Amino acid sequence: MNISRRQLLILLPAAAVAWKYVEAGTPEASPNYEMSEHWWGMLIDITKCIGCGNCVRACQKENDIPDGYFRTWVERYHRTDYHLENPEVISPDGGKEGFPSVPEGTQGDYFFVPKMCNHCSDSPCTQVCPVGATFISPDGVVLIDPKYCLGCAYCVQACPYGCRYIHPEKKVADKCTLCYHRITKGLTTACCEACPTGARQLADLKNPNDPIHAFLKTHTVQVLKPQMATGAKAFYNGLDGSVR
Amino acid sequence: MSGVEGYMYPNEVTLYWSVLIVLYPYITGLVAGAFILASLERVFRVDAVKPIYRLALLTALAFLLDAPLPLQFHLGHPERSYEMYFTPHATSAMAMFGYVYMWYLMAVLVFEIWLDYRREIVLLSQQSKGLMRVIYKIMTLGSNNISERSLRIDEKVGWIVTLIGIPSAFLLHGYVGFIFGSLKSNPWWSSPLMPVVFIFSAMVSGIAAVMLIYMAVTKLRHQKIDMRCVDAVAMYMFYIFIIDFSLEMLDLVHRIYEADESFRSLDFMVHTKLYFSQIVLQIFIGTLVPLILLFLTQVGQFGEIARKRIYVLCGSLILIGVFAMRWNVVIGGQLFSKSFLGYTTYKMALVTREGLLAAIGLTILPLFFLWVLLKLLPPWPKKEMQEAAAGD
Repeated sequence: MNISRRQLLILLPAAAVAWKYVEAGTPEASPNYEMSEHWWGMLIDITKCIGCGNCVRACQKENDIPDGYFRTWVERYHRTDYHLENPEVISPDGGKEGFPSVPEGTQGDYFFVPKMCNHCSDSPCTQVCPVGATFISPDGVVLIDPKYCLGCAYCVQACPYGCRYIHPEKKVADKCTLCYHRITKGLTTACCEACPTGARQLADLKNPNDPIHAFLKTHTVQVLKPQMATGAKAFYNGLDGSVR
Repeated sequence: MSGVEGYMYPNEVTLYWSVLIVLYPYITGLVAGAFILASLERVFRVDAVKPIYRLALLTALAFLLDAPLPLQFHLGHPERSYEMYFTPHATSAMAMFGYVYMWYLMAVLVFEIWLDYRREIVLLSQQSKGLMRVIYKIMTLGSNNISERSLRIDEKVGWIVTLIGIPSAFLLHGYVGFIFGSLKSNPWWSSPLMPVVFIFSAMVSGIAAVMLIYMAVTKLRHQKIDMRCVDAVAMYMFYIFIIDFSLEMLDLVHRIYEADESFRSLDFMVHTKLYFSQIVLQIFIGTLVPLILLFLTQVGQFGEIARKRIYVLCGSLILIGVFAMRWNVVIGGQLFSKSFLGYTTYKMALVTREGLLAAIGLTILPLFFLWVLLKLLPPWPKKEMQEAAAGD
């Protein structure tokens, strides 16, 4: 392949920008990262989500997720006034390729709800793990040590949000890591980066300059299944009462 | 998606706890029940059940040796299971399994059996030849003193071990119920009644299993079944079954009356996917029919042959019913979505590590263990043993 000098001049800065993302894929230690200075969560703005599936695809690519398993997925709710408590929900292939178009003249509201691990501060999955392979890192991320996990699936049963699965090849529990290999290097998560509308925002609750603080002051946010008292840190803006 | 109705979270479509996890509480339940039956004679001095005391202990041991195997087969990484012993996670109910299991196996069952059989083991180590002699020698653990005084000490210590064994049996099986009952994520499981229901159904199934094994083994040995013993066993089984049934009904009525957010979803499941295993097998065939038949044997006058047939039928139905109950708990708890908006289907494989054949094998295996134990430690007095004992 021949590359002209002009093309090279265009490609080099792009490659330089891309290189840090290539580097982020390798899980070596981040020398300048202090765990005690962060407390990670996620802000999900339902009013902004368009159900494009970019986040699901980005997550699957970034984390090499096998087909049919999901660290994140998007649901489409169809809620009518008549069935407030019993909405119609779909998530074809986790919403990876978007959603079928809404038929003309359909009654009720449609909205999208991105789902992922809530990185709970009182996480039931961590509580039940028989060997402590699932743990909460000092910066508030629920992680799994794949070299230690027995693959008993007790954590899968304990998660109220359906965020966990047993990896079909590794035979260990797997779930969203909040792209820990990226956030410890100062990057955002793959799903946040891929979101075209900013519906997903990585939030550092310990960082006083994080925009999350201003957002929480001016908006009413909610967590999924608050009755579970898990200390969920995926904060939803515009969450409808029918969402489970 | 095939087998899915309504909406399941995408990761919920596959069931991760298979038929082997159904077997696990079923088998530990048989252990607990068999041990409680043995303790009736030892601690509560119910003389009528004396003929099955030793058989009950050996049955409990045979099933206890089998109990961890379904778990091992189920684990994604069975080679790491030792981590539960060395680095247990203090907040995990499952982490306690290793300790409860080892305590029950070594400190209760094996110790009690050894104490009870010590005299025979010493005599057999002197009379046997070849390999059996070596095996019995090892089993004596170097303790050859079978004087009156030492046997009296054995008896006293054995009584204390059984006394400790009763709460241990409750702990072993109550803890299994707690594994399910303590999960707030799953409304089908989450109930403080779960450990208690598990314990009582365990007692009923364990007693039924020992009764059937006693009747079968006695028949195979061309001996006469001690009807006084079997009648007493059936009576205790009946009373405990009433408590078990009442607790299960209390749980059911409570759920129906309270009708929380999960009720509509669970109710639909019971009327569709679980209809056969729950309504037909567990409640009707496995509970109401044997309860009524056992009730009739308590109030009516039946001949010996009729009673035997009723007991065999009831015992078999109870074993089916309790298995169905475990199935409905474990499999049923994974068939509905935690969104309460849909249902999935359990597709049992045939020849896989967690398939039907493995489950059948692990169900039969304890019977093989029992056969070995019966050969090694016959629970009935042997002619030559009696002669040897008479010659002391």
